[in-house]
Amino acid sequence: MTEQDAPPKVVPTPHPNNKTRRQVMRSIAMGGAVVGASLFGFFPVLRKWTPRLRPPGAIDEADFLAACIKCGQCVQVCPVRAISLGDLDEGFGVGVPYVPAREQACDFSCDAVQCVLACPTGALSHKVSKKEEVHMGLARLDRPNACLARKGEGYKGPARPAPFKGVHRYAEIDRWKPVKLAEYKYDLELCDLCVRECPVPNAISLEPMSKDPADKRRTPVVHQACVGCGMCEMICPTEPASIVIDIRRKWGDA
Amino acid sequence: MKLLTSFKIMLGGAPQRPTSYTPEAEAMQEAKRLVKGPEKARQIKAAHAEKHSHKWRNIRWATLIMVNMIFVLSFRFDVQLVEGSLTASRVIGFHFADLNSAIQVMLAYKVILINLVIGTGTVLFLWWLLGGRTFCSWTCPYHLLAEIAEKVHLALAKRKMVVDYPLHRGSRTVLYVIFALMAFVSGYTVFESISPTGIVSRALIYGPGLAMVWVLGLLAYEIIFIRRMWCRYICPIGLTYGFVGAVSPTRVTYNMENCLHEGDCRKVCLVPHVLECTKKTYAEDVNVAIGADCTRCGLCIDACPTGSLKFEIKGLSKLL
Repeated sequence: MTEQDAPPKVVPTPHPNNKTRRQVMRSIAMGGAVVGASLFGFFPVLRKWTPRLRPPGAIDEADFLAACIKCGQCVQVCPVRAISLGDLDEGFGVGVPYVPAREQACDFSCDAVQCVLACPTGALSHKVSKKEEVHMGLARLDRPNACLARKGEGYKGPARPAPFKGVHRYAEIDRWKPVKLAEYKYDLELCDLCVRECPVPNAISLEPMSKDPADKRRTPVVHQACVGCGMCEMICPTEPASIVIDIRRKWGDA
Repeated sequence: MKLLTSFKIMLGGAPQRPTSYTPEAEAMQEAKRLVKGPEKARQIKAAHAEKHSHKWRNIRWATLIMVNMIFVLSFRFDVQLVEGSLTASRVIGFHFADLNSAIQVMLAYKVILINLVIGTGTVLFLWWLLGGRTFCSWTCPYHLLAEIAEKVHLALAKRKMVVDYPLHRGSRTVLYVIFALMAFVSGYTVFESISPTGIVSRALIYGPGLAMVWVLGLLAYEIIFIRRMWCRYICPIGLTYGFVGAVSPTRVTYNMENCLHEGDCRKVCLVPHVLECTKKTYAEDVNVAIGADCTRCGLCIDACPTGSLKFEIKGLSKLL
């Protein structure tokens, strides 16, 4: 058999770079997917899907999300566990602390803003050293028609009955032991819970609704001293709360 | 120069076969070449007479679980020994901050934070002493989950149910730069929102949330498609600590003398490129220190049938 007789050998020579090329393409696809996934965090933040009440001392929202190292030390030092950490639906707010006021408000029973002291990055600004300097938001009477004081009604029983889990440190019972709201019974001739349990002096008061001295009705009025801790929102016995916190609203804002 | 080579390999470069050898290494190679056939087979058989132990893996897993449990229990029982999570904490009052998280925060916030500098200083020293990526294999809770996922992946691969599609190791370097840029440009700690290290650490301490779905998704992907994808090709934390550990006194060293060059070590290694020197004629000296990307996990030490790989603390070994 001569060389000419031999059938031409067709050896499939795979391109030597094919394997590498495929690998690089795969790597780019993976990198794109991961970067894309990480950028999903923009949506909840820019669209403000989940506005959150931030703990005392929180700096401006955008800076706050950047400066927070997502460690949760503030969560750990809070005596009433008022601070929770953000989840996946908050985008870049994953692991960032907030105060779910209706479930558990900050009652400042720690005195010296422990969460601020615990923060390692200054996302909770160390410029804040006492509760009066805090500015989380402002309380606002959201549903005046539901407010018991405005109806001249009293309140009997726990402000938030079971299964509510929130706690409050009552100075008159035990300064250091939080009591479950569901286990603490009130007997009030006129509901004044938001005023009675407000931890900040002169932040809220009950004002008469008419000049008639026989008129029992009173309306809660929020004053400039309000820091927006959310205690009134938590303690309000109507469902949903008649008084709520406007997150980050400042005195004089619309 | 050697440090630069070690960095180059860590950043994604392919390890090169050395162009020259020390005379001792050359002599040893020559001596090994003479051992052939039945003698070689006898050596291999003798080396594998004993089933290899899981000593270092067990010590490491116990350490990893303990470290994470200290965080969990310290909060649960309010003992205040360790406060915070793996991204930042106070250990008996001292600030600790994860290097990568601290970099992300400072890039996004654009402020040098004194507490963070102190915290990263402490951590920098600690991980330099212990070996840099030691963080990954001895502390990171995602590492443990990924190791378990890897076992599942390998078991399925053995039954030909899944195939590993390896990626280019340079991906991690590119992503590192991208994540740093994204933090700087957007002003958000973009990487932190998907970092399984932070997510799992917080889930353990503060309770799991939706974010664990992302982590489980990653693990599933690693099982089905890409072996150890996150740790190998993505995680910037590993790269940050890799730089820290490059000059660390704690390291794994290779001694060529008894090595049979079978590659058992490379099969179990998360970063097999650092073990390239264990290939025949790839070690330029008799003793070689393993490169910066090594996580000091000790799997290779457990796997090596000839005791050619060991933990070493530079300077201390001479003293002892």
